[in-house]
Amino acid sequence: MSGIAGPIRTGSDGPLTLAVPRGALFSGTLDLLDTIGIETAAPRGDSRSLIFRTEELNLVTMRPSDVPTYVEAGAADLGVTGKDVLGEQRDRAVYELLDLGFGACRMVLAGRRGDRSLDEAERRLGAMRIATKYPRTTQRWLAHSGHQAEVIEVKGSVELAPLVGLADGIVDLVDTGRTLAENELEVREEIEICTARLVANRVAHKLRAVEIDALADRLREAAAR
Amino acid sequence: MTHPIPPGTRDILPDEMRELRRLSVALIEAFERFGYGEVSTPTIEYEEVLARGGESGAPVAYRFFDERGELLAMRSDMTIPIARLIANRYAGAEPPFRLCYLATAYRAVRPQRGQMREFTQAGVELVGVPAPQGTVEVIEVLSAALDAAGLSRAVIGLGDADLYRQLLDELGVEAGASERLLACLAAHDHVGLEAEVARLDLGAGERETLVRLPTLRGGPEVLDSARDLGGAATARASERLAATYDGLRARGGADRVNLDLGLLRDLGYYTGAILEVYDPALGHVLGGGGRYDGLMARFGWPLPAVGFALHLERLHVAQAEEERFAATAGDGPARGPERGS
Repeated sequence: MSGIAGPIRTGSDGPLTLAVPRGALFSGTLDLLDTIGIETAAPRGDSRSLIFRTEELNLVTMRPSDVPTYVEAGAADLGVTGKDVLGEQRDRAVYELLDLGFGACRMVLAGRRGDRSLDEAERRLGAMRIATKYPRTTQRWLAHSGHQAEVIEVKGSVELAPLVGLADGIVDLVDTGRTLAENELEVREEIEICTARLVANRVAHKLRAVEIDALADRLREAAAR
Repeated sequence: MTHPIPPGTRDILPDEMRELRRLSVALIEAFERFGYGEVSTPTIEYEEVLARGGESGAPVAYRFFDERGELLAMRSDMTIPIARLIANRYAGAEPPFRLCYLATAYRAVRPQRGQMREFTQAGVELVGVPAPQGTVEVIEVLSAALDAAGLSRAVIGLGDADLYRQLLDELGVEAGASERLLACLAAHDHVGLEAEVARLDLGAGERETLVRLPTLRGGPEVLDSARDLGGAATARASERLAATYDGLRARGGADRVNLDLGLLRDLGYYTGAILEVYDPALGHVLGGGGRYDGLMARFGWPLPAVGFALHLERLHVAQAEEERFAATAGDGPARGPERGS
C-alpha cells in the first residue's frame, strides 16, 4: 500500500472509495478498519497525502463536515462522519447505513456556572440567546422542546460567547466536558448523543450493493466487539 | 458580474446547446417510436390546479398574482399539467393516452448547493393502462430512451411505494409508529429505522424483517430473499412488484432492472411501482417516476397512470462521463468531478 498524490479513478470495477474524517474521529475510524483487516499504516503516518490506496478500499481523508458533500456527489462511495455533522446537513441525500458506536459525544445546552441568565432571559425577555456552531440542530431541538430562543451562529470557540455577553448560553458538542469546565460553563440540558456513522452514496448503494453490504456487515460486527 | 441572473438559472451557449439538442431529439424520437406523442403545456398554471398533486407532491415554489389578481404558479413537474390536459382536451376520447414531453420545470433551491431553479425534463405519461402492463411498457420505453442517450450501462431501480406500508399494516404496527418508520425510510436513515423498529412490540423475527427488507436490492433473487425473510406477509406485500418483474421478464426487458425493496420516492402522488435511474458514471440519480393511479381522479376522471421524467442536464453530464470512461476503458473506469446538481 502506498499514499498516492494523483487523482484516483473509481467506478463500478475498482475498489470502493471511503471518505475518512480527519480530526476526532480519525483514529477511531482507522482502528475499526484495522479490525476488519484493512491496512492503515500509511494514513497513520505523517504523510501529507490525502488519498491512500489499499487492496480493498481507496481511503480519502477530509474534514468530517465535508464527508456528506463528497459522498452525496459520488466522489466517495462511502464515508464515516459524526451524527452531529449529519444533523446539520440533513438535506444531503445520502444513505445512513450504520451506527459505528465510537466517538460518542453529547450535544448539550450549557450556561455559565451559577448564573441564571439563561432562564431569566427566557422568562423576562421572552427568548434566550444561544450561540452555536450547530444552528440547525439547535433550531430543531428548540422547536421540539418548546423553548424560545435567538440562535447566533459562530464558527470558532463558542465558549467565548456567554463569557463576553454575546449569548446567554451555548449549544455545543461535548466530549469530556473539560473545555466547558475551564470556561466556567456547565451542562443544563442534554440534547442528543452523537456517534460515528457510516454513510453511502445513493447510486453506489444500488449499483455496488453486494460489496457495500459485505463491508457494512464486517464493520457492524467489528463495531459490536 | 455586472448583469446578474437569478441563482439556479443559467444561459446555454452554442456548443452545449448543440449537444443538448442532439440528446433531446434522440429521446423524443425514442418516445415516439413507442407511440408517445409530444405535447407542450403552459409554464404557468393556476396555483389551485398544480396544488392537486397533494401536499407531498413536488412543491410549487414560485407563485404570483396576474393583473386580475388570480394566483398563478410555475409548474414543478409535467405530471400534473398533463393530467389536467388529458381531463380537458381528451374528455370523451377513448383511453389509453400516450404522451411525452421535453419541458422546463421550476423548483425551490437550497442556498449554495448548485441546485437549479429551472431545469429540463424529458419524460412520458401513460394514462389508462393499469399495472402491471402499463408499468412494464413504460420501463421498456425508459430503457430505449437510455439506449438512445448512449447510456448503455444505466440501471433502472424498481420498487413499490406501498410495499413497506402494507407490511407494517400486515404486522399490525400502529399508525404513529408506521409514519415514523416510513419517514426514516424516505430519509434513507437506516440507523433511525433500526432504532424505531427496536421499540416496536413485535417478535424478533418480525423486527428483523422490518430492518432487513428495505436493504434488499438486486436481481430476481431479491424476491426470494424477501419471501424467506418475512413469509406470507412479505410475499403479499411484494406481490405487485413480482407481477411487474415477471411481466418484464416475459418481454425480455428485465436485464437492466434492479429490484429495490427499500425504494421510496418522496412525491405524494405515487402508488405502487416507483422507478429511479442510475448510471455508474454519475453519483446522482438521473430521473425517476412510477405509478400515480390516484392522480387522474383529482381531475374528475379516475384512470390508472404511470410515467417517468429524466433530468436532461444530468443525462448530458452522464453522457460526457461515459465518453471519458470509454476513452480510458483500458485504463480502468473513470469517474469525474460532479457537475450536475
